[in-house]
Amino acid sequence: MALLKFNNAGISGMAACVPANTIHNYNYTENFSAEEAKEVTDKTGILERRFALPGITASDLCYAAAEKLLSDLNIDKSEIDLLVFVSQTPDYRMPATSVLLQNRLGLSMQTMAFDISLGCSAFVYALSVVYSIMEKSGLRKALLLDGETRSRVYSPKDRKTAFLFGDGGVAAIIEKGDRFGESFFSLNSDGSREDLIKIKAGGYRYPSSVETLVEKVVDEHGNIRSEEHGYMEGADVFNFVLREIPPDIKRLEAFSGINFQELDYFLFHQANDYMNGYLAKKLKLPADKVPSSIAKFGNTSSVSIPLTIVSQLQGKLTEHRTAMLCAFGVGMSWATAFLHFNQCQISDIVEL
Amino acid sequence: MKERFLASFKEALQIEDWEIGLEDVFRDYEEWDSLGRLSLIAALDEEFNLQIEDKEFEKLVTVGDILTTVENTAAK
Repeated sequence: MALLKFNNAGISGMAACVPANTIHNYNYTENFSAEEAKEVTDKTGILERRFALPGITASDLCYAAAEKLLSDLNIDKSEIDLLVFVSQTPDYRMPATSVLLQNRLGLSMQTMAFDISLGCSAFVYALSVVYSIMEKSGLRKALLLDGETRSRVYSPKDRKTAFLFGDGGVAAIIEKGDRFGESFFSLNSDGSREDLIKIKAGGYRYPSSVETLVEKVVDEHGNIRSEEHGYMEGADVFNFVLREIPPDIKRLEAFSGINFQELDYFLFHQANDYMNGYLAKKLKLPADKVPSSIAKFGNTSSVSIPLTIVSQLQGKLTEHRTAMLCAFGVGMSWATAFLHFNQCQISDIVEL
Repeated sequence: MKERFLASFKEALQIEDWEIGLEDVFRDYEEWDSLGRLSLIAALDEEFNLQIEDKEFEKLVTVGDILTTVENTAAK
């Protein structure tokens, strides 16, 4: 069982960058009727999303967020010893985007840099990796960057996913300090459900070809996509979340000795408002302790939890606060963390 | 259990002014769509702590078929 505990590592600052280009879901009617758009939008609670314009990548969004954060916190770049880039929409298949960002941000060549590719659960996973390295080493500061351009992953002609996903990038500084106290993580995986959320083509198991680029009607509802597009079996993802998430929180409660309902904030992966609303109700959580950014930014995969923190909790984490982070999705992969925030500076959101 | 199931099924699909029957093919309901399916998932979880995965759910045709699954699970 992957239950982890860390001491005295925490997030001291966060920033985010989103594309200025805003999609309004009620008006997203190029491929669907206004009635369909309204029905899906009302159910999912996703009113707006941000789509990066052609040429802008996840790393561009992260770069802008990182520059904003380092400048606002007045951080000397030479103090950053670790750079992690979290994404499933990297710049290239190789080299790793984190290494490109080391150079672009003007960080030292002695910076430890690598990518993490995992999807919706990845920010929580990455925090555990960075906390672990920071606790066990003499590294001074870590820069955790997390960016996605999910708008390019899914078919605009597939009603199951066309209204859900958006783009964004975040940056977080992680360092050591007594003020962060103990943090706890539960990390999980279930590859038997690989088919619930997937982009089939384009890797080495099923390489891109003329055939994989062909758009086809894929179901009785007339949804259209190619094998280069992502797809999602939403109903089974919902079933999965209801079955796996409450027991994961219970496991972490038992491991940490913390009653999760006494935490200050509950940050869930922002998939859709209907599912998160039901999950909060099932867990008996008061709405004012469950920040949500789903209406403004949609589902940004791994970015959704940190983007919710930056957009909804600015100025609220400078004093000591406790939080649960709970993320779930493609893999399937899911992770829960109980953390302390203390003197965490949150920058204004940047647009690109 | 039957009444509790029918009530939660109707509520999930927002069926208010007519009665549903166990022989009804629920996919023929005008109220049934992928979003209605999400509501039913939440309703079955809330009322019966039950999740029916797609592979199994696809085999169910009538309202009564869903009720049978609910009853069989409850009996275990």
